[in-house]
Amino acid sequence: MTWENINWDEIWQATQDTLTMMVFSMIFTVILGLALGVLLYLTSSRQLLYMPALYSVLSFVVNILRSVPFIILMIAVMPFTEAIVNTTIGVKGAIPPLVIGAAPFFARLVETALREVDKGVIEAAQAMGASKWDIVRRVLLRESRPGLLAAITVTAVTLVSYTAMMGTIGAGGLGDLAIRYGYMRFQTDIMIVTVVILIVLVQLLQVLGDRLVRRISRR
Amino acid sequence: MQDVTKTYRSAGGGEVDAIRDITLDVRKGEIYGIIGHSGAGKSTLIRCMNLLERPTRGTVKVGEVLLTDLGERGLQRERRKIGMIFQHFNLLSSVTVRDNIAFPLKLAGQKKPAIARRVDELLTLVGLQAHGDKFPSQLSGGQKQRVGIARALAADPEVLLCDEATSALDPQTTNSILSLLMDINEKLGLTIVLITHEMGVIRSICDRVAVMDAGTIVEFGNVLDVFLKPSHPVTRQFVDEMSDLSDGAPLRTRDNSRLIRLHFVGEETYQPVLFEALKGSPVQCAILQGTVSRMKHTPYGQLLVELSGGGPGEADAVIESLRASGLDVEVLPE
Repeated sequence: MTWENINWDEIWQATQDTLTMMVFSMIFTVILGLALGVLLYLTSSRQLLYMPALYSVLSFVVNILRSVPFIILMIAVMPFTEAIVNTTIGVKGAIPPLVIGAAPFFARLVETALREVDKGVIEAAQAMGASKWDIVRRVLLRESRPGLLAAITVTAVTLVSYTAMMGTIGAGGLGDLAIRYGYMRFQTDIMIVTVVILIVLVQLLQVLGDRLVRRISRR
Repeated sequence: MQDVTKTYRSAGGGEVDAIRDITLDVRKGEIYGIIGHSGAGKSTLIRCMNLLERPTRGTVKVGEVLLTDLGERGLQRERRKIGMIFQHFNLLSSVTVRDNIAFPLKLAGQKKPAIARRVDELLTLVGLQAHGDKFPSQLSGGQKQRVGIARALAADPEVLLCDEATSALDPQTTNSILSLLMDINEKLGLTIVLITHEMGVIRSICDRVAVMDAGTIVEFGNVLDVFLKPSHPVTRQFVDEMSDLSDGAPLRTRDNSRLIRLHFVGEETYQPVLFEALKGSPVQCAILQGTVSRMKHTPYGQLLVELSGGGPGEADAVIESLRASGLDVEVLPE
């Protein structure tokens, strides 16, 4: 195995593309997933906005999106991707499928994190005259911060593997590089380099996430 | 509270009344205790007072406001005038003591400097000046409850609801929390309603008491009246937990003796009434059992006394003389 054939500029470009896809899809995933997760939590049984019909619909949609393997989902949503960003390839075309794939996953994690919040504290806030919005903002999202941060970390790691899959349908990035050179051209060296970069990326995300969680945990 | 009933649908589809037709009148400025075993409905009752549980039937009025008629907004506004503390404190674990106490003030939309001043006052009131920047997990149970009290008082409520506020604390801490509650009741003129399963709590700080059993109030009145003359079996049970006064029969030591139970309340507790009544009489007495203690500020005592000796009628004369001196004398059956 030789290392001369590696085009480091190309690898650097691919790494940047992967990071760009991650950052933007993460931002939208957190916004959409948080809203969806809070709504799932609030409308579930014995909660503040108990609405069984709405909960069932939301839950059903989330389950459907989560049960379709991402490699199929990203292709299935292509018309939708085309409609909102006018392309299905490149970094731009990658973001809608990534968000559609990750947001329902993140929403479930948010719902679980919110369930961990002590019911007594919510009751105390109600007794103090807090509105539902006050409770979401000042109690639920505050008290569940460590759980939410852990959920963001897990979702970010999942997004790393999703971006790699997106490489097969023209999104670019490290996954694309690994498939084109490593798989199609049997260039094991490039395969190894991209895999190492991905491993480092995931490790960094996890360590950073764990550290932040530890810092804000007060239990 | 007027004819309040709360019905829950049970898992099997049937309906269970957690509390049934409860009418309760708490006067301004008093400490009202509600005692009952677990499952008696105390928790539901206190939660109906600020409508954390909406009664199925009946009305709840605090001051001049009919809470059961209010919408969500109005209820939120009224709840700010009703403080509440909890068995498990229910503090926000993610923010400091100061921010916990500031919570109701932030809800009310107060300005930062005003909040900081008020929080300082409250920290001093509950004796936690040194702990403002700690997190709840760094505090002991008693300190957490003090934070709970400070938070409940932050918005200057007129009423304080205490949901088993001392049940998770050790006896010594319980006493310090109870004296803090009594203190704020006297200093701020705050009306306090508390629920508990501990007789000691009722005895040490309550003015009036209601005894609950199976979702209804079985007995209520001044603490002294209810506990010195319990009429319902559940009340008697609670009283017996406190004292070990039994029916006395197994304690009888002499033949032809009479057993009497004396009740003292207030100043007479300290008078030598027994001595006075026996002076010059051939009747002898033996104290078989007794308690002398206090209920809130009132001293009281109960003695189980055996009278023996003397001719026929002379024991009766002693009993008469005890009654004449204002004592409550109960003659136990032979």
